[in-house]
Amino acid sequence: MKELIKKLVEAYGPSGHETQVRDLIADLIRGHVDEMRTDNLGNLIALRKGEGGGKRIMVAAHMDEIGLIVTYVDKKGFLRFGTVGGVFPIATIGGRVRFANGAIGVIGWEKWLQPSAERPTLEELFLDVGAVPGSQPPVGVGDVASFDRPFVDMGQRLVAKAMDDRIGCAVVVQTLLDLKTTPNDVYFVFTVQEEVGLRGAWVSAFGVEPEVGIAVDVTKTGDTPEAHPMSVELGSGPAIKVMDSAVLVHPGVKNWMIRTAQELGIKYQLEVLEAGGTDTAAIQRTRGGIPAGCLSIPCRYVHTPSEMVDYGDVQGAVNLLGKMLAGPVEI
Amino acid sequence: MLLKELSEARGVSGNEAAVRDAILSAVRGYIDEHRVDALGNLICLRKARRQAQPGSPRKVMVAAHMDEIGFVITGINSDGTLRFGKVGGIDDRILLSKQVLVGQEAVPGVIGYRPIHLIPKAERERVADVSKLAIDIGATSKSGAEKLVKPGDYVTFRTTFEILDEGGLRTVKGKAFDDRAGCAVLIELLKEEYAFDLYATFTAQEEAGLRGARVAAYAVNPEIAFVLEGTVCDDLPKKKDLSPVTEVGKGPVITLMDRSFIADRRLVKLLVDTAQQLGIPYQFKRGAVGGTDAGAIHLTREGIPSAAVSVPVRYIHAPVSLLSLVDLDYTVRLMCEALHTLERGLES
Repeated sequence: MKELIKKLVEAYGPSGHETQVRDLIADLIRGHVDEMRTDNLGNLIALRKGEGGGKRIMVAAHMDEIGLIVTYVDKKGFLRFGTVGGVFPIATIGGRVRFANGAIGVIGWEKWLQPSAERPTLEELFLDVGAVPGSQPPVGVGDVASFDRPFVDMGQRLVAKAMDDRIGCAVVVQTLLDLKTTPNDVYFVFTVQEEVGLRGAWVSAFGVEPEVGIAVDVTKTGDTPEAHPMSVELGSGPAIKVMDSAVLVHPGVKNWMIRTAQELGIKYQLEVLEAGGTDTAAIQRTRGGIPAGCLSIPCRYVHTPSEMVDYGDVQGAVNLLGKMLAGPVEI
Repeated sequence: MLLKELSEARGVSGNEAAVRDAILSAVRGYIDEHRVDALGNLICLRKARRQAQPGSPRKVMVAAHMDEIGFVITGINSDGTLRFGKVGGIDDRILLSKQVLVGQEAVPGVIGYRPIHLIPKAERERVADVSKLAIDIGATSKSGAEKLVKPGDYVTFRTTFEILDEGGLRTVKGKAFDDRAGCAVLIELLKEEYAFDLYATFTAQEEAGLRGARVAAYAVNPEIAFVLEGTVCDDLPKKKDLSPVTEVGKGPVITLMDRSFIADRRLVKLLVDTAQQLGIPYQFKRGAVGGTDAGAIHLTREGIPSAAVSVPVRYIHAPVSLLSLVDLDYTVRLMCEALHTLERGLES
């Protein structure tokens, strides 16, 4: 599965520019689903038909990642930029970004060499795309970039940009490929524009009109030095969301996840996320309301260029999701 | 001039009737049907006048919002002055000593403040507490004020429309160009013939949270939507080489992304290609600030491909705003031609 994860995390796909990721996933799952379509906002919706007697289930993982958008090019060819989704200025300095056309940019800070400078603000940052005087920079106003980092397999831990939420995409793709039979009509939805406000999930859930929704996304951890207390850690299994700042998970869906994990005899942890939201919230509030839950992959350094997950947690998530989808749903 | 009439019409969010009436009388000869929905949106249909080509959408929605920012009277003080609350995004620092009109009868008033002689230096350096401000309509008692106004009355800034520059950029000033500029463009678009049904939707309550557009888009259920706006312009001199958001005189503004939505790439390409073919200037909105009705429309039902095109307007959300009629005319031409090109279908 590591090869699958590497392919997905290294693809380019800031919010609104998910085409490369969508094409990659479509190629991976073609032949394993009964129907597949792309909707008006760019969500990839794939249906695996059930053998009957089950429910309509929507499983969602978002394809988009955070990024930057160019707002200005100065006379020397340096670029100013805005953010696409929740980018922390401090986590970008010295990092590299990649544009759709392959151009690479280095992020600089006006105050880099000033002693005792405060934390950087977005207005103080700029992009250096290697432009030399007299030449045209390879990108311009409106072009969008994502972080540029290779996938690294550290053994048990994996680190890359865009684990949020390509690791969710990987879990959902792997689950789909492993799924033999199911009574349920399962809609595997790879959503767009989660990082800018859960927008893809909002409209795809309207279109799919599921009876149950499950998002698969990353969550933060409390297991690093002097971290803000949070009882989720890498290596203790997939996390079952209880609440975050955008959703209170339907207890029936939460208990379905817990029960299934106990039946499988795999490790799991319960997640209460104080700041953050996922597609779960959008699915839950579509149409007349849909029972929804979230299977989370614990992830360190979320929204930085180096997001780290535990491979055991990832495999646990695939097992848990697969078992949930393979049988009748009781919530 | 139609823009003068639209600018001077008074229509704070939730009370758009006067603007609606002005628009309706301007478009009546060009539309086949119209209705006013439960939230006050004016939905006008201009039916297809030609056979649709393969690939052409059948139903296109173009929206502009009728409402403007303003105030609502929340109570009458014993001295005859009026307490008020803000409707929409207003910077407290712009309120002092501004002239306003209150209620249906347009009772003149002023947001009063003590003269400089009576204000200690320390207080002058702070922004006045808006909750302590009151509107003075010249009444000397509560009962006197009650003869003229009542709680719940809406309040607008009192600003006359004027042409500032007859040549050059043909700049004008007035209130509420956000979004009467968009309304003016949309009215012009209704005079053209299209191969699809055009739903010109003049929305309510945008400034209070994109509320009219949300329900109008649900009801119209278009295949494609455009939003016309008077957008943030920020082209005054700066200390640093940071980008202005938009600039007056540089043509229609095409939004790539703002706080409320990411524009459909195919529609952005259509607009850019059209501007280049026509040889008219255009600019991208730089910096993802603000939001428009597109934020609500594109999330309607299963998602609606949407784009926003704006006239750059200086000093929006203030008593006086400024725009260039050259920009406005280019916006009409760009949108008109883009809609005709859309009749051949969208490139994917």
